[in-house]
Amino acid sequence: MSVTAWRRENGRVGVRNHVIILPVDDISNAACEAVANNVKGTMALPHAYGRLQFGEDLDLHFRTMIGTGANPNVAAVVVIGIEPEWTKVIADGIRETGKPVAEFSIEQNGDFETIRAASWKAKEFVHWATELPKEECALTELWVSTKCGESDTTTGLSSCPTVGNMYDKLIPEGLYGVFGETSEITGAEHICEKRAATPEAAEKFMKIFQAYQDDVIFAHQTNDLSDSQPTKGNILGGLTTIEEKALGNLEKIGRECTYIDALGPAEAPEKGAGLYFMDTSSAAAECVTLMAAAGYVIHTFPTGQGNVVGNPIVPVIKISGNPRTLRTMSEHIDVDVTGVLTREMTIDQAGDALIEMIRRTANGRATAAEALGHREFVMTKLYRSA
Amino acid sequence: MSQKPHLLVHDTADNVGVVVVEGLSAGTDMLCVVTHDNSDFRLTAKADIPIGHKVALKDLTEGDTVIKYGEDIGRMVGPAETGGHVHTHNCKTKRW
Repeated sequence: MSVTAWRRENGRVGVRNHVIILPVDDISNAACEAVANNVKGTMALPHAYGRLQFGEDLDLHFRTMIGTGANPNVAAVVVIGIEPEWTKVIADGIRETGKPVAEFSIEQNGDFETIRAASWKAKEFVHWATELPKEECALTELWVSTKCGESDTTTGLSSCPTVGNMYDKLIPEGLYGVFGETSEITGAEHICEKRAATPEAAEKFMKIFQAYQDDVIFAHQTNDLSDSQPTKGNILGGLTTIEEKALGNLEKIGRECTYIDALGPAEAPEKGAGLYFMDTSSAAAECVTLMAAAGYVIHTFPTGQGNVVGNPIVPVIKISGNPRTLRTMSEHIDVDVTGVLTREMTIDQAGDALIEMIRRTANGRATAAEALGHREFVMTKLYRSA
Repeated sequence: MSQKPHLLVHDTADNVGVVVVEGLSAGTDMLCVVTHDNSDFRLTAKADIPIGHKVALKDLTEGDTVIKYGEDIGRMVGPAETGGHVHTHNCKTKRW
């Protein structure tokens, strides 16, 4: 199965052709938004952080910024920061992909001069990017991520196993996949541990899982967390315990797949094609942002009660099997698998329907989240700034 | 299958199933299907139970382990009769 998409300078395949205006820090958002307003066909990615971060937290900030710019769905990047040094770190990191990058800093220039100069460059990038030809690529050259949201008991029965079926079919053919949500594996960590391809990957996963339990959950625990995991939305949808939620969540990795490595947040996979685990929050926008920064170009998102999340650079394909959600908020759903609950559709057929939607999305079909303007771009912050 | 199920059960070992139709009312003679092997059975709902919520497949009492996906998903902190509603009012995590 093939798709028509953009092959980037580094050989990776992208399914969108964005020119992005990337702020290094929160106080550069205004200049980036002004440039994006001046030059149609560009998109600013405002966010809340990038000042006085340090250590592992700063590394993650840089990795997320560089990874977002480096993502194959991005054709060219204008980077704007308050000062030149961190701006250069991010611009140089993106430059390693070979794509066009221009950088601007605001100190000693002011917003007006920065916006003027950056707008000229952005316009040049738009003319260049809009003439880039698409070419035929194998569907399995795509990197496809997954994370579910507003889960309920129907996700474990229908939409999550739909994603799992897609991975079972495409991973052996050379697809890169990734799942995460460290906190939401609680109660099924013994099963997740067994799904590692090697003892090293299992050990790495369990270390990440235990660190999350010790450093985040137990360090800050004030009650039994039953009010937060499962969420209020999960509980309304019939999920009662974190164990039940975790078991449904893990249906996304199918029956056969094993993960070959456990990645840090926004870390790019380096062990070749296959399924990866990534240490992420379970909050939808944070998790999708981290997976996009690792280089994944299409996201598959099962939902039960109806999560509406999108991402600025990665199309998010929503899959739901809950008939009430399809009745009340179908504008958000790309793949309807309610037939799995009525036994009129098998998981195998649902997996094929998702693969077909991945193909159409790669060829240019706007997802529901794209059509509705959902561009949630949310950085993960590890601890307080200096 | 000519008739659509009211309740789906993941695994033959499970002691709860999931309501998959809207507006299920007490007294409904439910068609229940086990997704693992496509076997089916019937059970009478003892309460109005919302879509997505769980039904006890046998009498459960405080302290019993709740099994779904063939796995431990928590413990009963109150009773549920066969066909009754299992949720946060009578079931809790064993973690945390």
